[in-house]
Amino acid sequence: MDSYVLVVKEDCATCRLLVPVISQLSSLLDLKIVCQDDPAFPLGEEVVDDTELKESWTLNIETVPTIIRYENQSETGRIFGWDRGAWQALTGVSLETDFPDFRPGCGSKTTDPGMPEKLSVKFDNGKLHSRRVTTATEEDDMEACFDRGWSDGLPLVPPTELRVMRMLSGTNRDPREVIGAVPPDYGECTVEKVTVNAVMAGCKPEYLPVVISSVEAALQDEFCMHGLLATTYFSGPMILVNGPISRAIGMNSKGNALGQGNRANATIGRALQLVIRNVGGGKPGGVDRAVFGNPGKYSYCFAEDETNSCWESLAVEKGFNSDQSTVTLFAADGMQGIVDQKSREPDSLARSFAAGLRVASHPKMIQAADAFLVVSPEHERVFRDAGWSKQQLKDRLGELLMIPGTELIAGAGGIAEGIPDKFADSTMPKFREGGLNIVRAGGSAGLFSAIIAGWGASGKMGSVPVTREILVLSQV
Amino acid sequence: MSTVLMDPTSELSSEHREPLPRPTSLEGLTVGLLDISKARGDVFIDRIEDLMVQRGISTRRYKKPTFTRIAPIELTQQIATECDVVIESLAD
Repeated sequence: MDSYVLVVKEDCATCRLLVPVISQLSSLLDLKIVCQDDPAFPLGEEVVDDTELKESWTLNIETVPTIIRYENQSETGRIFGWDRGAWQALTGVSLETDFPDFRPGCGSKTTDPGMPEKLSVKFDNGKLHSRRVTTATEEDDMEACFDRGWSDGLPLVPPTELRVMRMLSGTNRDPREVIGAVPPDYGECTVEKVTVNAVMAGCKPEYLPVVISSVEAALQDEFCMHGLLATTYFSGPMILVNGPISRAIGMNSKGNALGQGNRANATIGRALQLVIRNVGGGKPGGVDRAVFGNPGKYSYCFAEDETNSCWESLAVEKGFNSDQSTVTLFAADGMQGIVDQKSREPDSLARSFAAGLRVASHPKMIQAADAFLVVSPEHERVFRDAGWSKQQLKDRLGELLMIPGTELIAGAGGIAEGIPDKFADSTMPKFREGGLNIVRAGGSAGLFSAIIAGWGASGKMGSVPVTREILVLSQV
Repeated sequence: MSTVLMDPTSELSSEHREPLPRPTSLEGLTVGLLDISKARGDVFIDRIEDLMVQRGISTRRYKKPTFTRIAPIELTQQIATECDVVIESLAD
């Protein structure tokens, strides 16, 4: 014997139009009428009061009216809105009406803004697994987050169940999915834990895939997150975002790209640091032994400006397509500017870049730290006008950064720092093979570029930049 | 009203906030002795100070202006800057 469930709301014009049809069907069928907003609608019918929306949520109703047919408790058909032919086919009842055969329905109350996460918290028991921490009656929520040691020093968004549930709408991944173990405690990091920390960092749900991929990249063995955290060096993880998602979520790749003011840039990098702090237990003064750290350890995240660039992006260099979105993690120090307002020839500008890169970390330090050279659009134009590819620039920088051993050895220039005397007759490259990366970002006016030097333990013995594809909602 | 928050950590430690670790010995530490300005609190503090001095422990004395209010922020900052531990007298 078939049974039917019909979900309606009084506030829906189509539902009101259907009152005679509902009356006819309820007299002929085993029909349960569920009303979202008025248990007295339709008048004279026996109606399930669903003002709590539990039935509608459980039935995954998106539109009213929705009629569902069951055979032996299994759903065998569902129609949204009014379609006379389809309703007749579903119910087997001839429905004579004096109104049009088609009428779209209205949105279910379960889809009202803010409602899905509320209902999910209320009715999806067991979806979230994190321990619940109940604050004291007179405790301020923001202060509670500080007092429990969760903060990087700035205020956090208190991670309520509702906010976590809303943030989870940014991914299709199971909250329980383990994405790795975070050093130094090697705490198990689930999608849910990343989500809780993304809430605290101030992310929007649409940033969550970037945050998850950043955490995944940071946890790759070759990135060496444990050593990067523990080092006395300046470095911390920097996130470079490439591809369509950087534009879709409004990341800043242009003016002030490395500065404040853009929510995505500010909160994605922060979320990664909070995961390391809270899931990994990595804190300054604890396993984080940095002498100085750098301001980027609050958040170090920007996008490459790929629009109208004459160069392929970093992601394309790494083998991805330009329509794929990626994160690249780099063990980065603070930023050092290069000002060159006079070079109009590419070789002259390359020489400026080389002179700046030469002193990264220390003028005598070679093949220890990688670097990112962030070229502004006005500087890039010099290479564009001359037809220089990115590889040509890299090759030229490689030539210019071959340094005579006599300048590098200990004692040279009256500086005790330096490499052993035995290298005096050699010529040594500043960077290891592949250690210099070039990206384009920054404001449209200003003949400046930026050097972001890396950890003094760059390369296979320490940290290698890791690029990982970001899977957006539809791909997961 | 209390709020339910979701724990962002790996839940390796208790959800209850732990007090700061207590020193196992006072050797080499500076002990602050805070008189809250309640009658005869000084008798207790004086005796504690005697016993500590006999043991070669470095002490510093502090006094709240009045026991009816919490300590002024300047005083708590001064104690935190100058001392490793503090003993507060609640005698009456």
